[in-house]
Amino acid sequence: MIVEIGHFALVLSLAVAMVQSVLPIIGARKGDERLMETGAIAATGGFVLIGISFAALMSSYVTSDFSVLNVAENSNSLQPLLYKFTSTWGNHEGSMLLWVLILAFFGSLVALFGRDLPATLKANVLSVQAWILTAFLLFILLTSNPFERLDPAPMEGQDLNPILQDIGLAIHPPMLYLGYVGFSIAFSFAIAALIDGRIDAAWARWVRPWTLIAWIFLTLGIAMGSYWAYYELGWGGWWFWDPVENASFMPWLAGTALLHSALVMEKRSALKIWTILLAILTFSLSLLGTFLVRSGVLTSVHAFATDPTRGVFILCILCLFIGGALFLFALRAPSLAGGGLFAPISREGALVFNNLFLTTAAATVLVGTLYPLVLEVVAGQKISVGAPFFDLTFGPLMVPLLFAVPFGPLLGWKRGDLLGAAQRLYFAAGCALAALVGVLAFTGGTRVLTAFGFALAFWLLAGSLTDLFLRAAFLKVGWRTGLSRLLGLPSSAFGATLAHFGLGVTLLGIVSVSSFQQELITSMAPGKTAEIAGYTLSFDRIDQRPGPNFDAQAATFTVRQGGVEMTKIETSKRFFPVRQMTTTESGIWTHWFSQLYLSLGDPSPDLQTIVVRIWWKPFVTLIWIGTVFMGLGGVFSLADRRLRVGAPTRSRRKAAGRDAALGAGA
Amino acid sequence: MFARRLILVLAAMFALFSATPQLTLVTPAYAVNPDEMLKDPALEARARRLSAGLRCLVCQNESIDDSNADLAKDLRLLVRERIKAGDTDDEVIDYLVSRYGEFVLLKPRLDWATLALWATPLVVLFCGIALAGITVAGRRKPKAPPELSDAEEAAIARITADHG
Repeated sequence: MIVEIGHFALVLSLAVAMVQSVLPIIGARKGDERLMETGAIAATGGFVLIGISFAALMSSYVTSDFSVLNVAENSNSLQPLLYKFTSTWGNHEGSMLLWVLILAFFGSLVALFGRDLPATLKANVLSVQAWILTAFLLFILLTSNPFERLDPAPMEGQDLNPILQDIGLAIHPPMLYLGYVGFSIAFSFAIAALIDGRIDAAWARWVRPWTLIAWIFLTLGIAMGSYWAYYELGWGGWWFWDPVENASFMPWLAGTALLHSALVMEKRSALKIWTILLAILTFSLSLLGTFLVRSGVLTSVHAFATDPTRGVFILCILCLFIGGALFLFALRAPSLAGGGLFAPISREGALVFNNLFLTTAAATVLVGTLYPLVLEVVAGQKISVGAPFFDLTFGPLMVPLLFAVPFGPLLGWKRGDLLGAAQRLYFAAGCALAALVGVLAFTGGTRVLTAFGFALAFWLLAGSLTDLFLRAAFLKVGWRTGLSRLLGLPSSAFGATLAHFGLGVTLLGIVSVSSFQQELITSMAPGKTAEIAGYTLSFDRIDQRPGPNFDAQAATFTVRQGGVEMTKIETSKRFFPVRQMTTTESGIWTHWFSQLYLSLGDPSPDLQTIVVRIWWKPFVTLIWIGTVFMGLGGVFSLADRRLRVGAPTRSRRKAAGRDAALGAGA
Repeated sequence: MFARRLILVLAAMFALFSATPQLTLVTPAYAVNPDEMLKDPALEARARRLSAGLRCLVCQNESIDDSNADLAKDLRLLVRERIKAGDTDDEVIDYLVSRYGEFVLLKPRLDWATLALWATPLVVLFCGIALAGITVAGRRKPKAPPELSDAEEAAIARITADHG
């Protein structure tokens, strides 16, 4: 019964979305306020309906109702309760339902917080949101219905893919989707502006917070996915340039560019047309990502859904929205007036530089990801494009961009002083130089590239702090006044600094682990020891441990440094009988920012020894800690009153008050 | 031996075309095993470096160095055999390409078919720079402010009338 209610709510939400697709936009055309107001009601109602539907699916997972096909295929009654919950989105149908739930969630947020939006803009935005919603609800109901029944119901389900039975994967998809789908708001605003044919700085003010929210979630979602792959897949890699990773990375690159260009548009009302285009492209890349992952066109670690009819359906949605948006853009963009003027060397110029490199990087990843597919279809030739290609192309593109980061905030709007900015960065340059010399001395001059990597990381770290340091004027007014000035700075200043600082932290982790990681692959028997990076690991024992829905083989190691016991590490292999699959549970010991990483391989044929892989990963955690800084930077930017949703109300009231005072004075 | 490899390659093609979910489910990668390693650390380091650039044909974009598939193991042993036989890095790569095609290379070689791929970053960057340059240069010429519409003129007249 609950399942049928969920199914019915989903169909009803489609009807609501269809109404929302049409009425508000007609209202906006005719200037009919009542029609426009239906948008907000429909958006909120639609969200509630999809919420009911999602809750129904979740309840059938929690109660292990195997009469639902989706539940029978993707869960098992023995699973721990947490993974029964997360099984809801650990499969194609459920994850698409989560996708539309989040889409409807963002739509209802616009309805809720968009009270100060111009009525026509709001109506148009909500209609465009509903077009996307309608398309994806149709996709779910026609090709991927999670509520299909199974008769007779089996006694037991087929279990969730074991590598997904992990807390990291429980949170990763919702985070990623909040990011992916969040960009739909920027898209809808862009389309609404094109339909209206008007766009101004207020538009950018509205779009930037939404983009920021999406960007924060996407940043953290990608980072979480990366850490999950690092510890779960058992070979200690943190980024594979896997097509599905690229699918989430492209919207991130474009979204980062969008954040920066929207800044120019908001402050200086320049780059309007480009910002609109970028908003369209960012969400298009999100849609493309959804297509790549959900259609099964690329078969990889993440792609656990494969069915050509679905692929074709999403491809149609993709063409419709991207094609339609770009067509509308081509039609309307020339009529949008350009904004403020600026010299090439200026804050605007720096942000254009940022956009150039980020967009090129996104294009490179896009082409690299799709090229093998296209070449195979067009020329029938099979090639691979993997990590070595991306390292060679993406890497060099990032170097000038990262080098330029500290300059950006130091340049003035309209016309900047490059030499002046460079002079103010002397401390950062000193740090970079010290890192360069230090690493060269440490490695005996053999690692020139590594040394430059460290130099760039320290340049970023010190350079990003320079702006705050100068704005607080510590050198001029002393520490005490400086500190109070620092705390008085707008939180957006902290936002930029934190995000740029995080970039430096991540880079430091990347350079350090890729240059100084140590690896030991060996066959060991209990009682034997191994040495790595100054640590002695002794293999204590290996034993069997039954789990709820798996059998584990767990090995315990003691880590000693100079004879002193530092810690014990446990690493195991889990065998899941239902799916006949084995997963590794790597054993990780975090020591400061570095990690000792252990995973088990195959036992020898006589079962006397087992292959053990040991890595020493210096400063590896900085890679993810840096992304936390970036996310925090986003939160600080968002907290800035200037950007807070609804903030215009207060300034308007103040302005009204001032007018009244003036009127009284006259 | 050859028959087994052929079956594996066919399985790879099958996996890639039909994209069956079972094969996409990753089992833990055990990658290089101690018994495969070469005694000479310099030769082993070369083997590792080469392996990182070679694709495991049955996996998705995974190198033979990372993969635990049987085929990847065969390829790792093959690479080491060739190195022991005295091949240079290029000769090892050529040998593998002659047997498995360009598909085995994770970094495609530059030729007519891959020209567009390799040119993408530079072309996009230069187009972007040119576009930005033209726009900024064009924008710097002073432009007459856009004309106000009749409705807007009327609005101004109304506002000034109110305040006057």
